[in-house]
Amino acid sequence: MAGYAVDAGRYDELLTADGSLRSHWQPLVSRLLGNGSAATRRDVDLARRLIVENGVTYNVYADPQGRDRPWVLDPLPLLVSGSEWRQIEAGVLQRAELLNALLADLYGPQQLIADGSIPSELVFGHPNYLWPCRGTRPLQGTWLHLYAVDLARGPDGRWWILGDRTQSPSGPGYALENRQIVSRVYPEAAKDLGVRPIGGFFAGLRANLLATATATDQALAVVLTPGPFNETYFEHAYLARHLGLPLVEGHDLTVRGDTVYLKTLAGLRRVHAILRRLDDDYCDPVELRADSALGVPGLLGAVRAGRVVVANALGSGVLESAALLGFLPGVAQRMLGESLLLPSVATWWCGEQPALDYVVEHLDTLVVKGVYPNQHFDAVFGRDLDTAARQALVRRLRARPNAYVAQERVQFSQAPAWRGSAPQLNARSVGIRVYAIATAGGYRVLPGGMARIASDAAIDVVSTQRGGGSKDIWVLPGISGSEDDAGDSVPVDLGVRRDELPSSLVENLFWLGRYAERCEDKTRLLRATFAVRAEPGIWKPTLAACRAMGLLEDERDPVQSLFDASHPLGLAADLTRLAWAASHSRSRLSLEHWRSLTVLQRQFNEAEADERGDPREALDHLLLGLAAFAGFTLDDMTQDDGWRLLMLGRQLERLQFLSGLLAQRLGSGRKVPRAELDWLLDVGGSTITYRTRHMAQPQLAPTVQLLVFDESNPRALAFHWRGVRRTLERLSESLGGGVEDSLSASIRQLQNIELHQLDGSLAARASLAEALQGLESAAAQLCDRLGMRHFSHVGLDVRTVAA
Amino acid sequence: MTDDSVPWRYRVRHVTRYDYDGEVAHSHQMLRLMPRFMPHQTTLHHEVRISPEPAYSVEGEDALGNPITRLQIDRPHDSLIVDARMEVEVRARPPRPAAESLPWEAVVESLRYAAQPIDLLELEVRRYRGESPYVRIKQDFNAFAQECFEPGRPVLETAEALMNLIHSQFTYAPGETEISTPLMEVLHNRRGVCQDYAHVMIACLRSRGLAARYVSGYLRTLPRDGEPEEELVGADASHAWVAVHAPPYGWVALDPTNNLRVGRDHVTLAWGRDFGDVSPLRGVILGVGEHTLTVNVSVQPLPTPA
Repeated sequence: MAGYAVDAGRYDELLTADGSLRSHWQPLVSRLLGNGSAATRRDVDLARRLIVENGVTYNVYADPQGRDRPWVLDPLPLLVSGSEWRQIEAGVLQRAELLNALLADLYGPQQLIADGSIPSELVFGHPNYLWPCRGTRPLQGTWLHLYAVDLARGPDGRWWILGDRTQSPSGPGYALENRQIVSRVYPEAAKDLGVRPIGGFFAGLRANLLATATATDQALAVVLTPGPFNETYFEHAYLARHLGLPLVEGHDLTVRGDTVYLKTLAGLRRVHAILRRLDDDYCDPVELRADSALGVPGLLGAVRAGRVVVANALGSGVLESAALLGFLPGVAQRMLGESLLLPSVATWWCGEQPALDYVVEHLDTLVVKGVYPNQHFDAVFGRDLDTAARQALVRRLRARPNAYVAQERVQFSQAPAWRGSAPQLNARSVGIRVYAIATAGGYRVLPGGMARIASDAAIDVVSTQRGGGSKDIWVLPGISGSEDDAGDSVPVDLGVRRDELPSSLVENLFWLGRYAERCEDKTRLLRATFAVRAEPGIWKPTLAACRAMGLLEDERDPVQSLFDASHPLGLAADLTRLAWAASHSRSRLSLEHWRSLTVLQRQFNEAEADERGDPREALDHLLLGLAAFAGFTLDDMTQDDGWRLLMLGRQLERLQFLSGLLAQRLGSGRKVPRAELDWLLDVGGSTITYRTRHMAQPQLAPTVQLLVFDESNPRALAFHWRGVRRTLERLSESLGGGVEDSLSASIRQLQNIELHQLDGSLAARASLAEALQGLESAAAQLCDRLGMRHFSHVGLDVRTVAA
Repeated sequence: MTDDSVPWRYRVRHVTRYDYDGEVAHSHQMLRLMPRFMPHQTTLHHEVRISPEPAYSVEGEDALGNPITRLQIDRPHDSLIVDARMEVEVRARPPRPAAESLPWEAVVESLRYAAQPIDLLELEVRRYRGESPYVRIKQDFNAFAQECFEPGRPVLETAEALMNLIHSQFTYAPGETEISTPLMEVLHNRRGVCQDYAHVMIACLRSRGLAARYVSGYLRTLPRDGEPEEELVGADASHAWVAVHAPPYGWVALDPTNNLRVGRDHVTLAWGRDFGDVSPLRGVILGVGEHTLTVNVSVQPLPTPA
C-alpha cells in the first residue's frame, strides 16, 4: 500500500478521506496483502498469460498478420457494495426503458419533437437517424436489446452518466472473459466474498433473441459481424461461441420475399433473430447506405414485415449523442412521470442561445464535442487552448451552434491497480460500463460489467483505443442477499449444427485447406531445388521447372524471387493468402492452431530480412511450421462437414500439384536422370520411404510406383484419391445428393499403365504423362464443381445500382 | 400569353434498361416512379412493366410519403427492363408574389428550436433543414451565396436571386459529374447537371438555416402546339429541382437549371432531403461482371380536354 495515496480532489474507491480502508474492501485487501509480493507477482503474471493463451485481443487497426494488441486486464477487481449497486441498477433500468420508449417515439409519432421536448436538430440532422426505418415496429416493441451506459464517480461520491451506447454496445464479451480470468486468479476470493455471478445474463440475452420466433423448436439466431478487420472481432467470435450462435457476415444471409435466410451447406435456413455488431446504416444497401458491401440487401423489408428481430433495432444509433443528455430529464418527466435516478454530466447544447452564451463564457471548465459523428471533431478541453485557438473555436461555435455540445469536465474517481514488475498498488482514474438486456419481464442489469482505467496516474480519459486497461467489477451481496441471479452458467460451446454451417465459412475452410497444402507443396519443391544448387547439372533443369510452374520469376535472382510477396504465383503470396483464409475461419481455429500460423509467418519474414541466411534453412523452418499447422487441423478441429471440405481442399490441391509436376517431368520424352529422380522423391516427401524399401539408387518405375500408386504412402497420389473418394461419400451421406465421380476415368487410365515398360518405352512414358495431366485437370474441375454445389452465390459481388 | 386556368396533360414514358455482362442471380429493386399526389397534379393513368417478371413485389409509401414499389427477382437474368408509363394532368399553381413573403431572417428564426410545441406542418418542414448524405452544411456555401442574402429581403425573393445566381454562374455540363462527385467539388468547378444545381442550391439555403427539399420529376420535352418554342434543359432524362419553405406560402418549387419557377412544364414524382431519398430506381444486384445502363425518357404533351 506504500505507493497508494488519497487525492484530495477525487473520490477514492479504496480509501476514505482520512486514509482508512472502506469497509467493503476490507476482506479482499487483507487477503491479498497477506499473500505477500511474490504471490502478487504470480497473480499478475497468471492474468497476463491467460489473456495471451485465450487469445483475447483488441485490434487497434486490425491486420491479419497478427499485430492484434493483447487486451489489458488488471486482475484486481473493482469492488462495489451491494447497497450502492442497487442504486446504479435502478438508474440503469429506468434509463434503458426511457431510451427504448424514446426510440419508439422518434421512429413513430415524433410527439417529443412536436411538443418541444427534443430539438429536431438532434434527430433530423443526425446521420444515424435513419429515415427509412421510420414506421418500423420491432417485435414486442423492443428497440434496445442490449444497452450499455458509461458512468464515472464524481468527487461528491455520486455516480454520473457520461454517455449511452445504443448502437451495438461493445464489451459484454470482454466482461465475461475478464470474469473468467479473474476468477481463476483469485478463485477463493470470489467465492468467499459472495461475488454476484454474471453468466446467467447471457443466457437471458440468447433466450430473448429467440423468444419472438414462433417456431421455437427450429428458431435460429445469428451474430452478424463486419468481419475480421473490425477492432472488436475477437469479441464477436467470443460472444458467438459463448451464445452457441453462428458467426456470420452479411453475404452469408439473404432475403427472399420478407424472410431472412442463412446460406448453409445444407441449403437456406430461416433466421429469426440477428444480434448485429455492424452499425445499422451499413445493414441494408437497398434502403440504407448504398455504399455498404457488408450488409444484407432487403433486411429492412424483413424488419418492416415483422419477420426478423434485429438487435439492436435498426436506427437505434441516433441516441448516441452527447447533446441529448441535457434533454432526457424532461423526457423522463414527460414519458414516465419520473425524475431520472442517475444524473448525467452537466451538458449544454449550443443550439440554444443561452446555452451558447454560457459555453463561450465558461470554456475553461468545459469539454466541447461535436453533436454529429460525421463532423470528425475531436473533443476539445477548453483549458488547453491558447487565445488564438480559443477564438477560432468560438467562431466555429457561433457559425454553426447546432453542431456543438459542451460538457462539464468530470473528475473521475480513482481505484487501486497493480503496477510494476514487483507489483505495487497505484491509483488510476476509473470509469465503468454497465450493461442491460431486454427480457420478457423487462430490462435486467448485468451485476458487474467492465471497469476501464487510465494508462497513467494523471490521465482523466479512460479509453481502450488510447491504451488504458480494464478491470472486472465485483458486485458484493447486499445485506438481504436476496438478489435473483441465475447461476453462473459454465460457458458451453454448444457447437454449431450441421445445417447452420454458413456456406462462406465452409468455403473459407476449403480454401484454408487448399492454401495450406499449396504452401507445403511449394515449400517442398523449392527446398529440394535449393538443395541441389551446388550441382549445376541438376540445378539448371529443376530451377527451370520451378520457373515454368511460376514459383520463381524468370531472369530474377531466385532467392529474391522466393521472398517477394508481390509475385502472384510465388510462395510468399500464398502464405499471405493462407493467413487471409485463416483469419476468415478464425472462429473455428484453436488458439494454438492460430498461433502456429503467426509463428511461421514471423519466421519467414525474419528470414527475408536476414540477407546472409540460407534460403534452405528458411524453407526448413517453414515446412516444420506448416506441418504443425496441418497437425492442429487433425487434432484440434471438430470433424464436421466444414472440416471435411477443408480436408477435401487439401487432398485435391495435393493431387493437382503432384500429378502436374510428374506429368511435366515425364512428358518431355527424354529419360529422367537419376539425380532428378532423387529430386522428385524429395519434392514428393518420399526419399526415406524409397530408401527403406529399395536400398538402392532410384529407378523410374519404382519411383512412379511409390509416388503414384502406393496406397500405403501418405504422400502418394493413390492415397489422396482414395481420401477424396471417402470424404465425398461422407459428405453425400450427410448432405444428400450423389457422389461426384469425376476422378475415376483418369484413375482408371493411370492404372492401365504398364509400369515395367516405362524405362524402355517412350510411348509408355507419354501415356503416363497424359494420364497424369488428365488427373490434374479432373481434380481442378472437381474443385470448381464443389464450389458451384456448396458455395454458389458466395463469390458473387453485391453491387448497388441506381438510375 | 398562355391561359393559366387551362390544365396541361402529358404522357410520360420512362424506360430504364440494365444489360449485365454476366448473369445476375438475385436482384432487389426499389422504384419511385409513381407521381406523388399534389393539389395541382392528378395522375390519370399509371403502369410499370418489368422484365423479367419479379418473384416478389409490394407497393407502399416511403417514410417521406412518396409512393414506392419494392421488388425482387430471384432467377438468373442478363437484363432488367423497367418501363414506366403514365398520364398526368398538371394545373397552374397560385400566384405567389415573392415580395410578399417573410424576410429570410424571420423564417430562419421561426425554424429554430425554442422548447415550444410545434404543429405537424412545422414538424414536417424541419425534416429538410439539416445535413443529409449528399448535402453538406458549410461556410463555403454561405460565402458563395452572400450577395443574395441581403438583410430583410423576403425569403422567396432571396431564393429566386440564389436560383438566378447559380444559373448564371454554373455551366450545364452533362457527363462531367456523377452522383458521387462531392458537392464541394461541384461548387468549386461550377459545372454539373440538374441534380448538382439542385444540391448546391439546397446546401446554400440550409447553410443559412432555411428548409429546402429535393424534388424529382420530368420536364416537357416538346413544345406545345401553337406555343413559341422555348428550349428547356434537362428534358431528355428525369429532372430535378428544389422546393424552398417560404412562408406564408409554404413550399415553393424553383428550377435552378432553367432559372424558373416550377409550373405546368414540370411533372412531380417524389421529394426528399436529397437525391438519395428519391432516386427513381435503386437496387442491389448479386452477380458478376459489369453492366450498361440505358435510360429513355419522353414527355409528350397531350391535347388539353375541352
